[in-house]
Amino acid sequence: MNRFSTFARGGIHPPEGKGATSNKPIRNAPLPAIAVVPFSQHIGAPAKPLVEPGDHVEEAQIIGEPAGFVSASVHSPIPGTVTEIKSLYLPSGIRTTAAVIELDGEFSRLGKPVRTRDWSEMGQDEILEILKQHGVVGQGGATFPSHVKFSIPKGRSCEIFLVNAAECEPYLSADHRVMLEHTEDIIEGIRIIKKLLDPVRIIIGVEANKPDAIEKLKDACAADEIEVMPLKVKYPQGAEKNLIEAILGREVPSGKLPIEVGVINANVGTLVSVCEAVRDDKPVIERVVTVAGGAIAQPGNIRARVGSSIRDLIEECGGLAEEPEKFVSGGPLMGFTFIDLDSPVTKGTSGILALTKKEVKSFAPTACLSCGRCVEACPMGLVPTTIFKNVEHERLDEATAFGLDDCVLCGACAYVCPSHIPLVSAFKAARGRIRRLAAMNKG
Amino acid sequence: MDRLPLVATSPQIHAPGSTRKVMGGVLAALAPAAVWSIVLFGWHAALVIAASVAASVITEGLLNLAFRRNNTLDDLSAAVTGVLIGFNMPPDVPVFIPVVASVFAIAVVKWSFGGLGSNWMNPALAGRVFVFFSWGTDMTRWTLPGIGGADAVSGPTPLGSIKVALSNLSEGIDGPMRLLESAGMPTTYLDLFLGRMPGSLGEVSAMLLIIGGLFLVILKIVNWEIPVAYIGSFALFMWAFDGMQYGGGIFSGDILFHLLTGGLMLGALFMATDMVTSPLTRKGRIIFGMGCGLLTFVIRRFGNLPEGVSLAIIFMNILVPLIDRFVKPRRYGVDS
Repeated sequence: MNRFSTFARGGIHPPEGKGATSNKPIRNAPLPAIAVVPFSQHIGAPAKPLVEPGDHVEEAQIIGEPAGFVSASVHSPIPGTVTEIKSLYLPSGIRTTAAVIELDGEFSRLGKPVRTRDWSEMGQDEILEILKQHGVVGQGGATFPSHVKFSIPKGRSCEIFLVNAAECEPYLSADHRVMLEHTEDIIEGIRIIKKLLDPVRIIIGVEANKPDAIEKLKDACAADEIEVMPLKVKYPQGAEKNLIEAILGREVPSGKLPIEVGVINANVGTLVSVCEAVRDDKPVIERVVTVAGGAIAQPGNIRARVGSSIRDLIEECGGLAEEPEKFVSGGPLMGFTFIDLDSPVTKGTSGILALTKKEVKSFAPTACLSCGRCVEACPMGLVPTTIFKNVEHERLDEATAFGLDDCVLCGACAYVCPSHIPLVSAFKAARGRIRRLAAMNKG
Repeated sequence: MDRLPLVATSPQIHAPGSTRKVMGGVLAALAPAAVWSIVLFGWHAALVIAASVAASVITEGLLNLAFRRNNTLDDLSAAVTGVLIGFNMPPDVPVFIPVVASVFAIAVVKWSFGGLGSNWMNPALAGRVFVFFSWGTDMTRWTLPGIGGADAVSGPTPLGSIKVALSNLSEGIDGPMRLLESAGMPTTYLDLFLGRMPGSLGEVSAMLLIIGGLFLVILKIVNWEIPVAYIGSFALFMWAFDGMQYGGGIFSGDILFHLLTGGLMLGALFMATDMVTSPLTRKGRIIFGMGCGLLTFVIRRFGNLPEGVSLAIIFMNILVPLIDRFVKPRRYGVDS
């Protein structure tokens, strides 16, 4: 197992917890009677609403258009009537407006044969425009608009295209199932990106705990010049910068983007969306969500429409077997807790976890022992305790000098801390304060 | 739902470790040597260790009460300090001495700097050194161990004996074991390994300390870098240079004798590894351990005192902030 490559510094081995879902085929969630579709499901400016209460919308109709350079379109997941434009908080803490759509009328795509189109004659700009129109965003969790990500800045070139199939977060197996069940779509997505970026090499990085997916991908891409690289199981393998280091041994300079070292990467789920957008003319209106955790009666992977309520997904998985300590959107190490079960599934919802007290293991923080376990866990070579102590004393400049901005918020340090010090929480808050101070100084 | 689920910042799960588990592990690792000290030196040993623990815990508890701080006794760190102070006492020390050492360790060295995590010197060692220089005679009166502690006979520690005997070395003595023999205290390596020699309560049995230390290292409660660097560098220096005082050449020192005597094992496995007072990074800990090894060698070889472990570790404790300032991990995307 040690032969597989991985990133050099730090990393942790939390219990994987994937066994409960990784061997179960993806099931379809029932269609929502009411869909709540946020206009901010991506990083960047929220989409500009194109509908008003009372409007009738078709399935997959565009209801929000990009409102800036970094922004993405939003589509209606179901046919129906817009009853309300309301404001709500997403699990990530972001406040956004959302269209409430009541199911009504006929599905234009669902149940109909998929009409594919030949994209081989399309130009690069045309493909990018399709990604923009169809609201494709990164589905690994960061939800960065894909048409921006795949536009290479002038004077640069993409030497290597990396496919992020690490899925290193515990519990999550949605990407794993997608690799097994949508292998062809992923490969087709890669071919489209190949046309777009013209890379010299294409490498798919998969953690070695998914041997079936590795085999399947290898078979499927035998004809194409695509390499499949098994990686050692270690969190956070799927963090962009660490994945690049694991596969290529290159380090993205501090504060720079991967293109600086000639790399662009995308998650497997994103590639399925790219494929569906370009080949099938289908916008992002659904995604695969892992519903798991000790408190879920029948954990599984669910294909759900964007805007479905989390409550419906949990019901679809047999409801709650016991009272959870936490509800988490995303993976357990970087995900967000939420209380409102009526929160909608968005393009970035990779997992819904209901974790028991036993799984969470939280304790009140005690004094730092300077044991150095956070240092050993940090994949970025930082000294988290030193940054924390500076933040605690409001020495934000020093904290920045020690690498606060290089922190990828993976949570490895806080996970291992025997004193249960809320390191990530402090780093997030400090970055927020620095941003606000900078904004105030600007005027 | 009866109650709302928790809201928290990521990460949402946590490794099972806690300060209490770390300290509990250290106590468990010290237990065999504690039992052995009672077997060797009798019930007075139990009294000394119990008094140290009680004084440490009560001092910390009272300070918390007096200054209305949160209770910190359940992290078990005060108890660990107490046991280590007891371990550093000669067998028939008057009980007030470990009590004073404990109060000094907790109140002055640990608490006044901000409690667990903020002290920059190992409290147990500081307490030991404080009473060592205050009650020199009581702290250097040793007894030969006898099972059950009956008829305690006083006598110097092996290191103390050779320190004296080396001043008028006679012909034909090629090392510390022969020197002890000629000084009328024949001993074997096995005696030293098992702890059948005069010495501090908890330091004498290298075997039980090594077992406890291995337990801590394997469970990753303490790091391996400090013990390995400390013992390794110390052994290297002793091997290279200690033979010369017996007329031997370079690389003729008696490593085994020096590893098994004095407080080396206790110091290297349980005192130098105190995480609060050792460096944060792996490289830093190796430097720290090597520094401890070098200083222990220098004090044992050239100093007036037979022993150097306590002072060597304390000196390196002082250097820890400096080591942490200059020895840092290689940062991703910055130092490549």
